[in-house]
Amino acid sequence: MKYLAVLAALTPFAAYADVDPADWDAVIAEADGQTVYWNAWGGSTNTNDFIAWVGERVSEDYGVTLEHVKLTDTADAVTRVLSEKQAGENDDGAVDMIWINGANFAAMKDADLLFGPYAEQLPNWAFVDVDGKTVQTDFTVPTDGYESPWAMAQVVFDYDTADIDAPLASMNDILEWTKANPGRFTYPQPPDFLGTTFLKQVLVDILPDPSVLQVAATDETYDDVTAPLWAYLDELTPNLWREGRAYPPTGTAMFPMIADGEIDLSISFSPGAASAAIANFELPDTVRTFVLEKGTIGNASFVAIPYNSGSKAASMVVANFIMSPEAQARAQNPDLLGYGTVLNMDALDADDRALFDAIELGVATLSPAELGTAVAEPHPSWMTRIADDWAGRYGVAQ
Amino acid sequence: MKSRRFLPILPALTLLAMLGPVLAGLYGTVLPAFGHLPAAGETGPNLNAFRALFDWPGLADAARLSVTTGLLATAISLLIVMLITAGWSGTPAFRALERLLSPLLSVPHAAAAFGLAFLIAPSGWIARLFSPWLTGWDRPPDLLIVQDEWGLALTLGMITKEVPFLLLMTLAALGQADAARSVTIAQALGYSRMTGWLKTVFPRVYAQIKLPIYVVLAYAMSVVDVAVILGPNTPPTLSVQIVKWMSDPDLAMRLQAAAAALVQLGLVIGVLAFWWCGEKVVAALGRRWIAAGGRGRADRVISGIAMVLGTTSALMILLGITILATWSFAAQWSFPNALPDTFTLRSWMRHGPGTTDALIETAIIAITTTFIAITLTIGCLEAECRYNLKFGKIGTWLLYLPLLIPQIAFLPGLQTLFLNVGASVGRWPVIAAHLIFVLPYVFLSLADPFRAWDPRMGTIAAALGSSPDRILWRIRLPMLLRPILTAMAVGIAVSVGQYLATLLIGGGRVATLTTEALALASGGDRRAIGAYGLMQTGAALVPFALALLIPTLVWRNRKGLRHG
Repeated sequence: MKYLAVLAALTPFAAYADVDPADWDAVIAEADGQTVYWNAWGGSTNTNDFIAWVGERVSEDYGVTLEHVKLTDTADAVTRVLSEKQAGENDDGAVDMIWINGANFAAMKDADLLFGPYAEQLPNWAFVDVDGKTVQTDFTVPTDGYESPWAMAQVVFDYDTADIDAPLASMNDILEWTKANPGRFTYPQPPDFLGTTFLKQVLVDILPDPSVLQVAATDETYDDVTAPLWAYLDELTPNLWREGRAYPPTGTAMFPMIADGEIDLSISFSPGAASAAIANFELPDTVRTFVLEKGTIGNASFVAIPYNSGSKAASMVVANFIMSPEAQARAQNPDLLGYGTVLNMDALDADDRALFDAIELGVATLSPAELGTAVAEPHPSWMTRIADDWAGRYGVAQ
Repeated sequence: MKSRRFLPILPALTLLAMLGPVLAGLYGTVLPAFGHLPAAGETGPNLNAFRALFDWPGLADAARLSVTTGLLATAISLLIVMLITAGWSGTPAFRALERLLSPLLSVPHAAAAFGLAFLIAPSGWIARLFSPWLTGWDRPPDLLIVQDEWGLALTLGMITKEVPFLLLMTLAALGQADAARSVTIAQALGYSRMTGWLKTVFPRVYAQIKLPIYVVLAYAMSVVDVAVILGPNTPPTLSVQIVKWMSDPDLAMRLQAAAAALVQLGLVIGVLAFWWCGEKVVAALGRRWIAAGGRGRADRVISGIAMVLGTTSALMILLGITILATWSFAAQWSFPNALPDTFTLRSWMRHGPGTTDALIETAIIAITTTFIAITLTIGCLEAECRYNLKFGKIGTWLLYLPLLIPQIAFLPGLQTLFLNVGASVGRWPVIAAHLIFVLPYVFLSLADPFRAWDPRMGTIAAALGSSPDRILWRIRLPMLLRPILTAMAVGIAVSVGQYLATLLIGGGRVATLTTEALALASGGDRRAIGAYGLMQTGAALVPFALALLIPTLVWRNRKGLRHG
C-alpha cells in the first residue's frame, strides 16, 4: 500500500487537481458557466439537431454552454489535440469533448491524450447495460473509463423493396445478387469508418470461425485469415457501382444514390438511420433494412475528454446527460435520430421505461429481436492492415 | 507628416505578415518529412517517410493527375479567355458576357463544384431533363462521369471557375494595354479583329496577367475541395491524398503526408518551370507568325466557338447555382423527374438559424481581412511610386509564395506557430491566416492597374500645388475606384472560400459558411448542401455586384472615369 501511495503521488494526474469525477456535486458546481466544444462529425442534419437540443437542455439544467464543432473527420480533432501537446498547450485546448471510436480512441489512449478515468463515476452509468452491450471495450480495446458510451450501432443493410424482393441472408447471397444486378451495390471507400466496417463484416460472415479476429493479427495469421476476403472482393468488385472505379465517401452519401436509383442496396451502421432518412425525404419510403443470418457487427459510440480540456467538469456533465433516459429516448426516436440506446431497460424506473416504450421505431427499423445478437468487432490491428491492403489492391487500381 | 514615417515600412510589414507564417509553416513540414516529429516518437533525420511515400502504389497516378488536371485546366481556361477577348472585346456581346462572368468569379469553388456535380452526374439535372423520353433511362446509367479516373470532371470544374477569374484579370489589364487603338490600327492595315488583337494586344495583356496565370496553375494543381467533390478517388489527386494522410489516426502517416507535401511543392515548381519554357516557345513562334504578316480573314469560326465555350462555362455555374437552390426547396425528388415532386420550406426553416450565424461570422472575417489587405496593398503600391521602394522581381514572387505553395504543406505548421506565440484559437488568428491568402489576391488584382496609372496626372496635380497625399486621395484612388473595388471583391470571395485555414487555425471553433457546408458535404444531404452552398455564393456575390455598380453610380456624370 505504501508503494501505491508513492506511485499515486508521483503520477502526474494534474487533471484530478481541479476536478474529481467521483465528487459529482463539485463537478456540477464547477461546470456552471463553462463552455464545452464538442467535436463531433457534422455530416448529418439529424445528429446536428440532436446535439443542438442537448445544448439547450444542459444550458437549462446546468448552465453549461455547448458548442458543436462540426467535423468532417474525427481525426481532425485528434490532430488538434496532438498539435496542442506539441505546442505545450496543456491547460485549455480547443477540444473539450470528442465523439470517438475505434482506432482514434486507441491512438489517443496510447498517446496519453485523454482525461480520465471518469466514465464509470458518472451518475447515469448506473443505467448503462454493462452486461448486454459492448460499452466497456471499443474494438476490443478496454475503455478503462476513458470514454463514455452514448449510442449503440449495428450493421444493417438498406435495400429498396421496389428493386429487391426479399432480404439477403449472407455475404455470399449478396455476392450472387450483385452478379445478377451489376452496378447496383457499393460501399464507402476505406479507410472510411463504414467502408472498413463493410470489409470486417465480409470477413466475419465468410470465415468458418471468426473468433481468430478477437486477438491481434500477426504476420503468421494475417495472410491465411484474410485470403478469403480478397477472393470475395475480387469477385465482387467488377459488379460494384461504377465497376469499383469510384466509391462514395461516407455511409450517408449513399442515401441520395438509393433515392436516385443509382444503387438498390447499401450498408449502414445505424439501424434507425433509414427510417430517419425517409422522414427527411432523403430516402424513398420503399426502403427497408435487414441483417444477415449469422448476425452483424455491433459497437458503441463514445465520447472522450482530451487531457487538456479547460472544461472537464462541464464535459462530464454533458457526457452524463447524453446517457440519461431522457436523452437516450430522444436519440432512439427515428423521427429525430434513430440511434440505439446504451441503457439497460431493466435498470430504469417505470416512467423512464415508458419513454422508450412509446417510441415508434419507424417503417424501416428492425425491432431489437429482429436485429438479433450483435457480432463483436475484430481487434483494431486487423482493420489497420486490411485497410492498407485494400488501398493497395482496389484504392489505387485504375 | 504621418504617412512619410509610416509608408516606407509598409512593404516590409506586408511581406512579413505573409512570409513569416508561410516559412514557419514550411519549417513545420520539412522537419516531419525528414523524420522528425517528437509527438509521434520520431526523431530524425532520415528518409523513411520518402521511402514509404515512394512505396505507395498510387503515387504515380496521383502525381500525374495533379499535373494533367492543372495544366489542362489552365491552358484551356486561358485559351477560351484570350480567344473571346480577341474576337469580341468592345462588342455588345462581350459586354454582356463580361457582366455574366464577372460576378460568377465570386461563386466559391466548393459551391460551383457541387452545382456541377448535380448537373452532369448520370443522375444529374441534364440526364433528368432528357429522361426517359429521349434516353430511355428509367434509372441513371452506370457511367463514371463525375470522379472519372482522368480527372476530366475535375478539369471541367476548374475551367468553369478559372475562366471568370482570368477574364476579370484580363479586363483589368486591357484598360492599360491601349487595346482599342491598337486593334483599330491593325484593322486599318487589313488584319481581322481577332488576328489584329492577338498580334498587337495579346503580348502586352499576357505580360500583365502572367502572375495570375501562374497562380491558377498552382491552384489547379493542388486544389482540395473541388478535387474531393469532382475528382477521382482511386487514387485521388496528390493534394487530396495528403489531406487524407494528414488526418490519419496513425501519427506516423503525418511524416508521409509531410514528405508528399514536399513532392507536391516540387511538382508545382516543376510545372511552373515547364509553363515558363512554354511561354518562350510560344513567344518565338508568335514572333514568326506576326512577321509573316497573315491577315487572318477566316477566324470568325474560332471566335464563334470561343464565345460558345465561354457562355457554356458561365451557364454551367449559373445552372449549378439554380440546382443548389432547387435542392434546398425540394421535398421528395426522384429520378428521372426534372423537378422535385413537391417543394417545401423545411430545409430553410431547419438551416435558417445555422446559416445566419455562419453568414455573420463569414462576413466579419472576410470584411476585416479584406480591409487590412487593401490598406496594406495601397500602402505598398503608394510607397513604391513615392519612394521607389519596389518589391523587385524576387519580392513580387515572395508575395505570391502563399498562392504557389499547397496550403496543406504549411498550414499545420502554422497552427503550431500560433499556439507557440500564445494566440488563442478563434476569430483573430483566423483573420491573420486568411490574410496570407487574401493579400496576394488583392495585390495581384490591384498592382497592374495601379502601376499602369499615368503618372503625368500626378505631375499636373503637383504642378497645381497638390501634396502627394492629396494626389493619392483626390486623383489616384478615385480614378482607380473600379480596380480597387474589384480587388476588394476578390479578397472577400477568397476569404469566404477558405476551408483549411479556417478549420485548422480556428481550432474548429470558427464556423463559417464554408466549413459548415463542407462538414455537411461528407454526409451527402443535398438539401442542406443546397442551403449552405447558396448562402455561401450569396456572401461572395454581393460584393461583386457592388464592385460593378458603385463606379457606375459614383461616376455617372464623369464619362472619362467609367472604365470600359
